[in-house]
Amino acid sequence: MALLEVDRLTVEFPTRRGTLRALDGVSFSIGAGEVLGVVGESGAGKSLTGASIIGLLEPPGRIASGEIRLNGERIDTLKPEAMRHIRGKQIGAIFQDPLTTLNPLYSVGRQLVETMQAHLKLSDAEARSRAVGWLREVGIPAPEQRVEAYPHQFSGGMRQRVVIALALCAEPRLVIADEPTTALDVSVQAQIIALLRRLTREHGASVMLVTHDMGVIAETADRVAVMYAGRIAEIGPVASVVKAPAHPYSKGLMGSIPALGHRMARLAQIDGAMPRLNAIPPGCAFNPRCKRVFDRCRVERPDLLPAGDTRAACWLYAEGAADA
Amino acid sequence: MPDRAGTPVPEAPMLEAIGVSRVFDVSRPWLQRTLAGEKRLTLRAVDDVSFAIAPGSTLSLVGESGCGKSTIARLAVGLYAPSAGEIRFEGNSLSVARAQPALRRRMNMIFQDPYASLNPRWRVRDIVAEPIRAFKILDGAKAIADRVGALLAQVGLSPADGERYPHEFSGGQRQRISIARALSSEPDFLVCDEPTSALDVSVQAQILNLMKELQERLGLTYLFISHNLAVVRHMSDRLGVMYLGRIVEMGPGEEVFARPRHPYTRMLLDAIPDLEMVGRARTPVGGEVPSPIDPPPGCAFHPRCPLANARCRTERPEHTRAGPSAAEVLVACHAVAEGRA
Repeated sequence: MALLEVDRLTVEFPTRRGTLRALDGVSFSIGAGEVLGVVGESGAGKSLTGASIIGLLEPPGRIASGEIRLNGERIDTLKPEAMRHIRGKQIGAIFQDPLTTLNPLYSVGRQLVETMQAHLKLSDAEARSRAVGWLREVGIPAPEQRVEAYPHQFSGGMRQRVVIALALCAEPRLVIADEPTTALDVSVQAQIIALLRRLTREHGASVMLVTHDMGVIAETADRVAVMYAGRIAEIGPVASVVKAPAHPYSKGLMGSIPALGHRMARLAQIDGAMPRLNAIPPGCAFNPRCKRVFDRCRVERPDLLPAGDTRAACWLYAEGAADA
Repeated sequence: MPDRAGTPVPEAPMLEAIGVSRVFDVSRPWLQRTLAGEKRLTLRAVDDVSFAIAPGSTLSLVGESGCGKSTIARLAVGLYAPSAGEIRFEGNSLSVARAQPALRRRMNMIFQDPYASLNPRWRVRDIVAEPIRAFKILDGAKAIADRVGALLAQVGLSPADGERYPHEFSGGQRQRISIARALSSEPDFLVCDEPTSALDVSVQAQILNLMKELQERLGLTYLFISHNLAVVRHMSDRLGVMYLGRIVEMGPGEEVFARPRHPYTRMLLDAIPDLEMVGRARTPVGGEVPSPIDPPPGCAFHPRCPLANARCRTERPEHTRAGPSAAEVLVACHAVAEGRA
């Protein structure tokens, strides 16, 4: 059984001008110890998927239908009080900006101790020595002294290391990392990715890695889900999705990334922009921008269909469709 | 051409920076500083930087935050004055050139954040027309409206979009409006400060393609500032890699990417997550960029450099030439100069 199962999750935002459907029938699962990358452009619903799983959906957003199961038990219907025990203990979270994640008024040691004591039965002395151990494990120099330091006394990369320690210190089974390296310089990004990958592997935690940076995904994830307009366009093993994507949107997305290895005269370009939530076209949401659109795409929404090594929500891969 | 200005450029350069530095005063206000008995605190954002850009070509400057690349962008269009050194636009000192509208209108700038750089209270047609009016390039409402319509069409928008306000557009469309505004004064030279870093990759591809098309069609010269090496590789003819206010390596883009020489350039190229890295591990380089208020002595990169020795810690490296004569590269590194790299 998968550690996390998300089943036809639909999230809606009621507004005065009608209800906006921000996530529409999103289904995926994450196995134990697996890293699932979730990519897509701004507004595709990546962060919202993460927020729904940890129960931090901002009102008026609400889960309209579908289920989220952790270890086979539904967590989307839990009361806030019960969810608080799962958050931190079972699911850790890492967000983009370490400065807003950390409390500026508490030393990093106190924040670690508080988090561990909320979820694990530890004496003060034990919790403190573990806090020092965690800081050492995430690569903070002189952890015995730095445990007393406040967030503003750390650099951006060091702060994100502290955040990783905070997310992992209660030994969660699943970590949701939402753009964990976006605010960092490239040379620091690589350090943080390597750290996240090593620690989650050592502690056997699964990761849902949300990012818009395809390079980060290519290096870190086992499987990738490509999101578009609140739906999953394609999901499959990282090598297939990056090197041989099946969905026309994933193909366009991969082609639009400038490569370091060689110079292209012109980047592949998907014309137009992702539709706004109040104007998602009927049928396949990508159909107005798709070069291979045909009649069925405009009226009927495709489910995820087997397409080589991946599954793609695209009618090109329906049985009886012309060559894909 | 003076030795320090970089590899000789066959034509007279459009823009030339000669030993440019820019220092900012970051000390506390006078009274507080005096009461606390502190000295003045200065930050050398740009330190003795020289480069030249040939007409119709693109020079990119790449580096991490705090390396001074945006300060150079502002120096290049005269928004800041250099603390030392000189910037020349077609041989004229920039301070002289800026005083002449005929020269000033020939340079323009595209900013990073298309949400902050467009006035939300103005219609797009007025935003795009402002340089035309300011430089009195055209007379009469009809002529200006026609020109604005043509500019919007040129960047892939519809002339009818001129009636709308910036908030009605997406980030990529707003950046197109910024480009239309930058082109409206009929410039030859554009400074682009991280023009796509606020955009999604598929939109970034549209904007980069547009900028290349416009360069070919209008013969534009670009100074392109970015932290993204892949974008820089796609856009540039020549490339300068910056670290803490200095250009540590500069040369033709192809040569720098094929044979990076400075240890920092190599580290940057190694550190970037790339699509071709599926399933491969890398060894990340330790450390972070030090504060430019208190840069390390000698070579500023020495605390992170695997090749650093005693000389690197005390003596600042000057530029040395490397590479084939047709694709000469300037490198500021003792290890490269001594053949240790």
